[in-house]
Amino acid sequence: MNDDALWNMKASALLELMAAGEVSSVEVVEAFLDRISEVEREVGAFLEVMQEEALAQARRIDKLRQSGEYPGLLGGIPVAVKDNICAAGAGCTCGSRMLADWTAPYDATVVRALKEQGAVIIGKTNMDEFAMGSSTENSALGVTRNPWDLRRVPGGSSGGSAAAVAAGEVPLALGSDTGGSVRQPAAFTGVTGLKPTYGRVSRYGLVAFASSLDQIGPLAADVKDLCLLMDVISGFDERDSTSEDRPVPSYSQALSRSTRGLKGGVPKECLTQGVSPGVRRCFERALEMLEELGIDIKEISLPMTRYALDCYYIIAPAEASSNLSRFDGVRYGVRAETESFEKMYMRTRRNFGPEVRRRIMLGTFALSAGYYDAYYLRAAKVRTLIRRDFKRAFEEFDIILSPTAPTSAFLLGERTQDPLSMYMADVLTVPANLAGLPALSVPCGFEEVPGSGGGGEGEMVRRLPVGLQITGRPFDEETVLCAGHAFYQAVAPGVEAELARMRKGLGRASQGSTRCCVQGSG
Amino acid sequence: MVVGLEVHAELLTKSKMFCRCSTRFGDPPNSNVCPVCLGLPGSLPVVNGEAVRLAVIAALTLNCQVNLRSRFARKNYFYPDLPKGYQISQYDEPLAVNGYVMIPGPPPKKIRIRRLHLEEDAGKSLHAGDDITRAAYSLLDFNRCGVPLIEIVSEPDISSPEEARQYLEELRRILEFTGVSDVKMEEGSMRVDSNISLRRAGQDQPGALVELKNLNSFRAVVRALAYERDRQSRILAAGGTVLRETRGWDESLEITVPLRAKETSEDYRYFPDPDLPPLVLSEEWLEKVRREVPPLPEEKREYYVNVLGIPAYDAGILTSSRKLAEFFDECMSEGADPKVASNWILSELLGYMNSCGLGPDAIPTSPEFLVKLVKLIEKGVISGRIAKDILVKMAETGRDPEEIVREEGLQQVTDEAFLQQVIDQVIAENPSAVEGIKKGRSKAIGFLVGQVMKKTGGRANPEIVNIIIKSKLEWIRDA
Ligand SMILES: [Zn+2]
Repeated sequence: MNDDALWNMKASALLELMAAGEVSSVEVVEAFLDRISEVEREVGAFLEVMQEEALAQARRIDKLRQSGEYPGLLGGIPVAVKDNICAAGAGCTCGSRMLADWTAPYDATVVRALKEQGAVIIGKTNMDEFAMGSSTENSALGVTRNPWDLRRVPGGSSGGSAAAVAAGEVPLALGSDTGGSVRQPAAFTGVTGLKPTYGRVSRYGLVAFASSLDQIGPLAADVKDLCLLMDVISGFDERDSTSEDRPVPSYSQALSRSTRGLKGGVPKECLTQGVSPGVRRCFERALEMLEELGIDIKEISLPMTRYALDCYYIIAPAEASSNLSRFDGVRYGVRAETESFEKMYMRTRRNFGPEVRRRIMLGTFALSAGYYDAYYLRAAKVRTLIRRDFKRAFEEFDIILSPTAPTSAFLLGERTQDPLSMYMADVLTVPANLAGLPALSVPCGFEEVPGSGGGGEGEMVRRLPVGLQITGRPFDEETVLCAGHAFYQAVAPGVEAELARMRKGLGRASQGSTRCCVQGSG
Repeated sequence: MVVGLEVHAELLTKSKMFCRCSTRFGDPPNSNVCPVCLGLPGSLPVVNGEAVRLAVIAALTLNCQVNLRSRFARKNYFYPDLPKGYQISQYDEPLAVNGYVMIPGPPPKKIRIRRLHLEEDAGKSLHAGDDITRAAYSLLDFNRCGVPLIEIVSEPDISSPEEARQYLEELRRILEFTGVSDVKMEEGSMRVDSNISLRRAGQDQPGALVELKNLNSFRAVVRALAYERDRQSRILAAGGTVLRETRGWDESLEITVPLRAKETSEDYRYFPDPDLPPLVLSEEWLEKVRREVPPLPEEKREYYVNVLGIPAYDAGILTSSRKLAEFFDECMSEGADPKVASNWILSELLGYMNSCGLGPDAIPTSPEFLVKLVKLIEKGVISGRIAKDILVKMAETGRDPEEIVREEGLQQVTDEAFLQQVIDQVIAENPSAVEGIKKGRSKAIGFLVGQVMKKTGGRANPEIVNIIIKSKLEWIRDA
């Protein structure tokens, strides 16, 4: 293994190599398939790897290139897709036993766009069941580990997509973000992830968790690669009535814009929400670097965001309780065969895991007669107030800055017994979903935590990535990405050196310590 | 007796409410389905603009106030023919409110309409047994699932079974006439639920509300309401209390039977559908639709009587169904004389249709052909008698009358030399008739004309025959 292995390269570099005819798409795809089989035992990012289909698509792309035809914006690049996004002919389990055997009969709009632009769908990634969770531990179908420390969670719910990108199993991946499910795992695994503005990317084919909050978002090693995906998946879709019919800029081209003179606001509320000292240090250092880039930074107040998490945990479960009603065993998915149809419903729906059941019950309660006004309606009002807070802030500021998550990756099992501590992992990310704003997580440094200790492979400290969150005005992904790109350029040498070191450590000598980690994490 | 009716009518759109599947009735089970109407994971609804337009036309003709902003809401409940586990309907922000319908009475009465809203239909269940709880298995057909519906909720202004019938007939006539729905109860494109309660004499508050279901025809509505009125008044007269419940109409026994107790109403957990932004109509669009609203039967009837000079009774029949009025209107635009066309439609065409049990939506020929037929008579190419036979042929085969006349040689004979020959022959064969005429019995002329027609297979021009016979007999009488 060496640093210029194909799997260790970014999508932008691979596209150049393929365009120059130096490597073929088949070679690229094979390199990533090899990498997957090398590290997947440790990482567990994928629920399904579509080796045959991926190689067939790669051969098609190579043929196109050879005959001088343009293979599309992502011609020949492998992309992983979160397992709640439909790709015709592939499973779409949503990390649930309920859909363990269901094959999607149609392509989500984003998947169709990827295929049209020559992308190679290489596999479907693990996730918290129906995207409910912040660690991917709620998956009923497998464990995904954080490649930076196999004792730890990759974040969630798009933990599989984030871990796959971080481990070098795939250069690009799609996730979905309802309360931070793209950004928080991106932060935990040291990659970049964007939640686009609500309505920027079609939700058609994304299995709904909370329809008014869900948004498909890209994950990649750096902002430049992220923009490649955004250029393909963004835009109006007549099949999604909540997607917006407005012009889509080229995000890749927007990166060359200057960030000098941009105004950045730091909500004073954001550092009070259980933020760890290490994350705080990284964030403060990031603010200094942003100032060096010519960004003008001031403190602001978003008072209503204090209620964001409470508001989110009423609205999201309420919508979920209705969205998940269709999993009744009548037409698809698992069906419990029983003597009566009412029992069929009850038994079938026992295939939901505990967190999903908890949220269905919460949501059903919040929508019930007599409680609707006190819960759902009040939460909807608070949501309006949160929106208003942001609207006012964006009259003065171009971007809003905060850590992506209050802590770095926690240990597997550390929070599974305490849902509220798990919910806290989203405290800084849910406001952007409630307000429908674009928000990016970009690596901004490392927090040192105790290592595995002991002799041999053991070390005294472990460095875990920390994310910086940049939130922007509705449909102003350009400014967010542009600022994120400028910032990433500044931290890239340090971050990428650590990333390369981490990747080298995977798959080779860590079998023994993995086993030890699993036991250690209980 | 206080009655409120909830009427569901399927809209006459080509495609479903939230997807592009066909709404055709009677196709093989589960052939008109897609990820959206099957509620597959990840699918999303998109509002059918034509359904909104038809619902607005219904609202306007029912004198409703149309809300420029309305909202779709989810009605959550579990049932196998409801694939999403919720029905997309409208709840606290309906499309239209505050309308009314006039019923003829006597005396005429205004029945107020509380609201009119859009929603989607569910699929169809077929149980191998009495109902889903007792069936060995059930079969599901999702062709109907997602077909657009309007629900029209009346105020409790109806106070007798007869008024209920009149209200429903009026609704049906209006919805059919404006092309909003084909309102066929037998195909389920119109469905009726009813609420009924009795008010004790001298009391303001009506008694417990009983909901009636399974009302599959207007007759069933009338009979069920009458049955309930009698049942409830018997209970009250005996000093009992009427239970708040849902009852079903048993068609064969002609009684209502309890379906489920309705002490607590089911909680549907309505909330705004986050997949659909509010339905916002512009003033301009609404104005445009207002102009497109087809005239109602009574407006049409007036026009036929006052402008086209058609007798009021005939105009009433022509406007009793939209299809018939449309047929007549098209005859007018083909350039037919109103009275002639009306006569042909009412006496001959409808006569034929009645004899074979065809309804007004199955007119067996086209306005173009009917007008051609009338013109053939006007031009003297065929006789009126032959025309009646040709009409039957047109109806049976759907053919062009000109073609029938040409191929079967039915042109009227106007060749005088030929007719002279036939008439001479008839006169020679009927000496007694000739005698009669000589004695002044003019009726016998008609007999001779008839004989000529018979010999020519009805093709002789009767006017010419008449003239020739008269002139010949005058000569005989004078001689
Ligand atoms: Zn459909």
